[in-house]
Amino acid sequence: MAEEFVHLAVAGTEGQDLEINMGPQHPSTHGVMRFVVKLKGEVVESVQPHCGYIHRGIEKMCESLSYPQIIHLTDRMDYLSAHINNEAVCLAVEKALNIEVSDRIKYIRTIIAELNRIASHLLWWSSMCMDMGAVTPYFYAFRDREKILDIFEETTGGRLLYSYNCPGGLMNDIHPNFQKRVKEFIPYFRKSFKEYDELVTGNVIFQNRTMGIGLLTREQAIAYGVTGPAGRGSGFACDVRKRAPYSAYDKVQFNEILYNEGDSFARYKVRMDEMLESLKIIEQLIDNIPEGSYVEKMKAVIKLPEGEYFQQVETARGELVVHIISDGNKTPYRVKFRSPCLSTLSVMDLISRNQKIADLIAIGGSLDLVIPDIDR
Amino acid sequence: MGLKSYLSGLFKGFYSLLVGLRVTNSYFFHPSRIVTQQYPENRKTLKMFERFKGEVILVHNENNEHRCTGCGICEMNCPNGSIEIISKMETGEDGKKRKAIDKHIYHLSMCTFCGLCVKSCPSKALAFGNEFEHAVFDRAKLDKVLNKEGSVLMKGVE
Repeated sequence: MAEEFVHLAVAGTEGQDLEINMGPQHPSTHGVMRFVVKLKGEVVESVQPHCGYIHRGIEKMCESLSYPQIIHLTDRMDYLSAHINNEAVCLAVEKALNIEVSDRIKYIRTIIAELNRIASHLLWWSSMCMDMGAVTPYFYAFRDREKILDIFEETTGGRLLYSYNCPGGLMNDIHPNFQKRVKEFIPYFRKSFKEYDELVTGNVIFQNRTMGIGLLTREQAIAYGVTGPAGRGSGFACDVRKRAPYSAYDKVQFNEILYNEGDSFARYKVRMDEMLESLKIIEQLIDNIPEGSYVEKMKAVIKLPEGEYFQQVETARGELVVHIISDGNKTPYRVKFRSPCLSTLSVMDLISRNQKIADLIAIGGSLDLVIPDIDR
Repeated sequence: MGLKSYLSGLFKGFYSLLVGLRVTNSYFFHPSRIVTQQYPENRKTLKMFERFKGEVILVHNENNEHRCTGCGICEMNCPNGSIEIISKMETGEDGKKRKAIDKHIYHLSMCTFCGLCVKSCPSKALAFGNEFEHAVFDRAKLDKVLNKEGSVLMKGVE
């Protein structure tokens, strides 16, 4: 173990292996994540991820909290798709109590989840471009993300962590301006999406740095459990919204984006196309939100019957699974979260071998890792 | 690779860069499309949305009356222990003794703005305030007493 920390002097080390630490305080690791990278010259020989720098013990903390209280902790796992994480716990609790929520709740949850997905992909797009040296896209994406955050702030009260779901429904009704603002946002975003394509997707430097880099085959993606846009870039059809529809996803038409190349550019394209698919889903729902109550009648103290409950959802990064084991008390006996980023991280070593160190950053950007989701 | 494909690759690559520059240049010559806000210069005009979760407040009316009965449900529902309620026994006008609030202590430094206290309050005493500039030099300043000096329970709230 001690040998890991030995840094070799750079001078006079030609032909020798060089071990460097990327992180834990490195801007392109998007959080406190440490990669021990073994290099031969400029070529990566192996990448060893060391996680645990931001471990908070969320699963253990859940065991001492009641079910409504757990929800605010799931915000802090994958903070960029906080609403979808909240939804996962709520759906699991509702499934356990055999509560069928009204269509209004389902529609609002789906619209906000899709807006959340766009906001998350925008942040990924900006930070991936910045990893590769382009600073302008960062500001363009944040300008448009701000519009979504304003919609969220008006309705939920939060800009990043919403805590808008509760078992049985939502905390508040939607704001009267909600529909108007979302309808304004859709054409605005389609217009600025063209700018993104012109600015980055067609750029020759960007294409040369991502095409054919970080190849992940379909078999490898399945073997390692890589889900979400990273898996779909390798042709692995794993969209939970299609495979096991929840909320209002069975009522809308949308395509599952699949690319078979498996390189960084395919993963990039999946996310870009997914933003447009999310817009399509919102368009279908926004005019048809049914009237009704925004929350179902629940008992003051929620106790789940004894047993195991399981719910999977599609977050912006892949498949999130909530597994609750209840012993009949008001707190769960055990909660397990299967987070998408931990599985995605496990292929980092596989796909960045024999690539250049500069491409390692681009591969890390294309996998879209959120570190608190890995460590929990 | 032939000379022809080399040259066409070169021109295509150069063209793709020009397409990108067209976008950035259009913003350079149209400063009216820039949306940046000048904070903190715009403090006077900056207005947050009414539901914005800045801090938890105990709503007082103009007669310095609040609706908190000191039942402790918000304290029970808080996942982080950011609310502490110190209650006292008070004799009402009808001579009966009843529980009343002495101090409603709110630790802003521990609050995660989950909204469970505001939602669960049976007498709708709590609300979210829009204040968001919470930076202080001393951490003790973040432990606030929410009920104002000399405030009493609103009439008719049980």
